Amino acid sequence: MAAVSATTADAAVSESGRDTVVYNDDVVRLFTIATVFWGIAAFGLGVFIALQLAYPVFNLGLEWTTFGRLRPAHTSAAIFAFGGNALLATSLYAVQRTCRARLFGGPDLANFLFWGYQLFIVLAATGYLMGITQSREYAEPEWYVDIWLTVVWVVYLVVYIGTIMRRREPHIYVANWFYLAFIITIAMLHIVNNLAVPVSWTGTVSYSLFAGVQDALTQWWYGHNAVGFFLTAGFLGMMYYYIPKRANRPVYSYRLSIVHFWALIFLYIWAGPHHLHYTALPEWAQTLGMTFSIMLWMPSWGGMINGIMTLSGAWDKLRTDAVLRFMVVSVAFYGMSTFEGPLMSVRPVNALSHYTDWTIGHVHSGALGWVAFISFGAIYFLVPRLWNRPRLYSDKLVEWHFWVATLGIVLYITAMWISGIMQGLMWRSYDSLGFLQYSFIETVEAMHPFYVIRALGGILFLAGALIMVYNLWMTVRGRIAVEPTATAPARAATRPAE
Amino acid sequence: MHWHGRIERNAIVLSILILIVVAIGGLVEIVPLFTIESTIEEVEGVRPYSPLELIGRRIYIREGCYTCHSQMVRPFRDEAERYGHYSIAAESMYDHPFQWGSKRTGPDLARVGGKYSDEWHVAHLVDPRSVVPGSVMPPYAFMLDRPLRLPNIEDHLYANIAVGVPYTEEMVENAAADLRAQADPEGDWDGLLERYPNAAVGDFDGQPDQLTEMDALIAYLQILGRMVDFSEYTTEDLRQ
Repeated sequence: MAAVSATTADAAVSESGRDTVVYNDDVVRLFTIATVFWGIAAFGLGVFIALQLAYPVFNLGLEWTTFGRLRPAHTSAAIFAFGGNALLATSLYAVQRTCRARLFGGPDLANFLFWGYQLFIVLAATGYLMGITQSREYAEPEWYVDIWLTVVWVVYLVVYIGTIMRRREPHIYVANWFYLAFIITIAMLHIVNNLAVPVSWTGTVSYSLFAGVQDALTQWWYGHNAVGFFLTAGFLGMMYYYIPKRANRPVYSYRLSIVHFWALIFLYIWAGPHHLHYTALPEWAQTLGMTFSIMLWMPSWGGMINGIMTLSGAWDKLRTDAVLRFMVVSVAFYGMSTFEGPLMSVRPVNALSHYTDWTIGHVHSGALGWVAFISFGAIYFLVPRLWNRPRLYSDKLVEWHFWVATLGIVLYITAMWISGIMQGLMWRSYDSLGFLQYSFIETVEAMHPFYVIRALGGILFLAGALIMVYNLWMTVRGRIAVEPTATAPARAATRPAE
Repeated sequence: MHWHGRIERNAIVLSILILIVVAIGGLVEIVPLFTIESTIEEVEGVRPYSPLELIGRRIYIREGCYTCHSQMVRPFRDEAERYGHYSIAAESMYDHPFQWGSKRTGPDLARVGGKYSDEWHVAHLVDPRSVVPGSVMPPYAFMLDRPLRLPNIEDHLYANIAVGVPYTEEMVENAAADLRAQADPEGDWDGLLERYPNAAVGDFDGQPDQLTEMDALIAYLQILGRMVDFSEYTTEDLRQ
């Protein structure tokens, strides 16, 4: 490890050129490996529980492998293990470069952050399989895991702000605003939503501080902003560093980034009640949630425009650079799901979509299309740099990953649109005599073909990720595939026409 | 945008501003739910869960039933016909945590209590497809053989008291006895039913000599939606 870090440190110096900062890339390498590892776990679990809904025999008749216990394992693995490690890896890499400063707290604090975060994941995941859960969506870990995560998260905040404060640049770069908003807001949400009284200090069970309607809104204030700040603000930070880097272009608009940053973080927090339309939540709160959700469309698209327009003057790279294409298509998916979200928050639309697979499809267009794709792009960008390799093992395999994964997402979300809207309509349909036309189980049976298609989409997405693992492994080993480089001949061919 | 230069040169100022901006929405939306009294409708009948129901509820949570079943009937014609009266906030006022759910892979359970017999529930939980052929629900046969690990039930009640559930001293004192009596076909239920009106009693799992996890879960399912008598209230009474 010492030899590796020495070479990368040299690379860092020569890259920045002007100074002699030795970046801590050891911890970034660890987080990158963890991102890929947990990504495969999350996608694999997703495929497995998708198969359970298509063919219940996959529940295996064991208490540890039922859908009810594995579903939180899948969502937490995707959001916190895959997404969280990706955010930690990319943020700790970017903050050092944009501040031209080594990580605050030294290698010990950074290593604590890494191992502490992995311990949180393992504690949460093993708990789910044993049935230890608070039943709060995306906040299922019980009180002792929550306390541990709070400690780790405070260390993250200290390392991050500390690094920014020792920067050698006058300004804090825009990517860091987003990463900082993500870290601070997640701390606030996590602490408030997990307030609970344990039954005993030696037991795992606790009772949440709030009940019923107050508990529901607190949870969805958290739940929607786990999307808004973990899966959006954090990944926008990723967008603001890695897209300009890869495209070798400046961010499209500084002014737009200021406006959409403050508007996004202010408006997002209000959107939670749209998860509780037509419930026992008072109507004024539902209306507020809907109104802010619709307003949220604007800053969301501000971010999308800023990300995509950063390619101005470099559009041709989309044809040749599959890594950049991953990043840009992710922003397009971000635009699509942030249009769909406000639509689904409108009460009459929500009356149809709520409780159905439409919501599941919406989440996955964001999680697979936006979160995972921008992460794949950043990982492909990082690995050759972190391991000091001239390039990736194979660009062709990145192409394969891109198209296989894209096909998987398209199958997934179209299947969920159809099944969701169909089930919503079947629930409310009446026959000519004025009776409900379908029993509940008839609407479940009608979902079967779409659950099979969804599982197939998931398998394709997983297959794409396995192609990535092979490509990255060969890259780290220092291999370079013999293949006609996509860039050189293509450019030669197009040059005369330009 | 010159003014912004000052913010983006100071990490502490930037962090504090972020915290203020993200705190506002939650404060405005959540705090009034605790202060506006009409948020929880005034109805008779909502009571703390009996010890057996409470432990059954722990099993419901443990198995992640909420990932596929909601407990929140919306005020629509089709839902009223399918499930019953729309849910009101008062019905979950002692639910720590709430179990409203977000997805109906299976049907809503807010009013499942009394809808099916105990025998049906046992058959369904052991092998869902034996009674509902098209079901995609996982089997929970292990609960039938799993003796109910008797937790320190008083501690569960004390934890609930700490978060605001009005369990009385009498309820705590009798908790262990009530836990056993509710599923005992020859139990003395008078005190139990006085403390926890409408509780379903008797042998739930078809094994009268054993107290299993199946007993507890079915006791919980059978009370769902049965605490409030909606024939006594008009929509106007239930306005928040």
